[in-house]
Amino acid sequence: MSCTTHFSGHTVVHRLDPRPRVVATLVFAVLIALSGHYRVLCSGVAVGAFLAMLSKLPIRPLAKRLLRLNLFMVVLFLLIPTTSPGEPMFRLLSVPFSHDGVHLAAGITLKANAILLVFTSLLGTVELSSLGHAFHHLHMPAKLTHLFMFTLRYLDVLHHEYVTLLRTMKARAFRPAMSVHTYRTYGYLMGMLLVRSLVRSERIMAAMKCRGFRGEFHAYHHFHFHQRDAVFCLTSAIVLMLFAFVEWISGGVAR
Amino acid sequence: MHITEGVAPASVAAAGALLAAGGVALGLRAMKDEQIPRAALVASAIFVASLVIRLPLGPSSVHPVLNGLAGVLLGWAAMPAFLVALFLQALLFQFGGITTLGINTVTMGFPAVACYYLFSRRIRESKKGREAFLLGVAAGVTALTLSFVLWAGSLILSGKQLAIIVKLSLLPHLAIVTIEGIFTGFIVGFLARVYPKAFEMPHIIKTRSDP
Repeated sequence: MSCTTHFSGHTVVHRLDPRPRVVATLVFAVLIALSGHYRVLCSGVAVGAFLAMLSKLPIRPLAKRLLRLNLFMVVLFLLIPTTSPGEPMFRLLSVPFSHDGVHLAAGITLKANAILLVFTSLLGTVELSSLGHAFHHLHMPAKLTHLFMFTLRYLDVLHHEYVTLLRTMKARAFRPAMSVHTYRTYGYLMGMLLVRSLVRSERIMAAMKCRGFRGEFHAYHHFHFHQRDAVFCLTSAIVLMLFAFVEWISGGVAR
Repeated sequence: MHITEGVAPASVAAAGALLAAGGVALGLRAMKDEQIPRAALVASAIFVASLVIRLPLGPSSVHPVLNGLAGVLLGWAAMPAFLVALFLQALLFQFGGITTLGINTVTMGFPAVACYYLFSRRIRESKKGREAFLLGVAAGVTALTLSFVLWAGSLILSGKQLAIIVKLSLLPHLAIVTIEGIFTGFIVGFLARVYPKAFEMPHIIKTRSDP
């Protein structure tokens, strides 16, 4: 089983150069986070939904993500308007829901959904190692990119080791319960996982030294900027500027 | 203990991002090239543990955070390690988010670094397994308590109305901190007996500079 999978596919979004996707996602997220107007936020959600359809995200995993996020939002909707002071907007079972509280919760919900949709459609569809290369080409600090690539590379390996260790525990009839024994056993399991990780990291370092590592990875994976990427850059620039413009003429009231 | 996407307004998110950037820059400077695999592997192990280990608590269960342990093992390198781990969590599992990545890195990373200064040397010099266990408990409790304070602080700064979430989560967090402490204690005690080298910063073999 792998826990580092992306939403693979062959749509036009998948074929786009990852670099402009990273940049567009970041600018979009910042604009939406700054926004305080429903028209901008709703258009943000619409853009997100459009991108999700365009990249043909699988329904079930996406629904799961949206559900997890929005369950928290339901809690916010029940908590914030009923506990914050101010003019009541409406009453439900004679509990007043304050005006400000409803707007705050609604704003948060729209922002979170818009960003989640765009983030998942644009970045969740990039193969993770390509994302590392994109960071490299976007001049992120080299060490940070290396750390990202290494973490990615060994997540599945360590998950596999964890499963192996857990299986040996189960073979010895381990059953979790709320007891010190359980915590100790899990603690030793984690300790063993760390020992294996540390020993493995030394082997990796030794192997890299054998091959003359000097603190530099050579990215041999270069991206090509196609016409479709230019179209994407232009479209997203226009959409994002439109957002900023609407926000500006509506008299931006950042919360 | 994540701040979810959309909750933090621009000012708080920006402040978090700036603080995180500073911390990560310091972390990257402190982390030698030779330590990258070590930082990555420890981060991966902790990432896996926080996803799959469920510690039973009453009818429910809690997942460990282990940022105290990360701090003790990695020092300042815990900052970039948490940045990477949290980015991956947001991307793969939708915990946290990108606009709150800075805040969450601060919330997890700075307590880890504090634990490095408070406990790393003492654990290294501890003679008995029991002593290491107790220091581990202290590291786990300290880190998670600090994280809770930072988390609560950034929520309240995001909006006074959000304080209700902090109030409601106070009691559950007390239980989580306790279990995290015990769990970290067992891990540190185990490592101190089985692999004490874990607490030494790695022997740095000098890379040959240009001839």
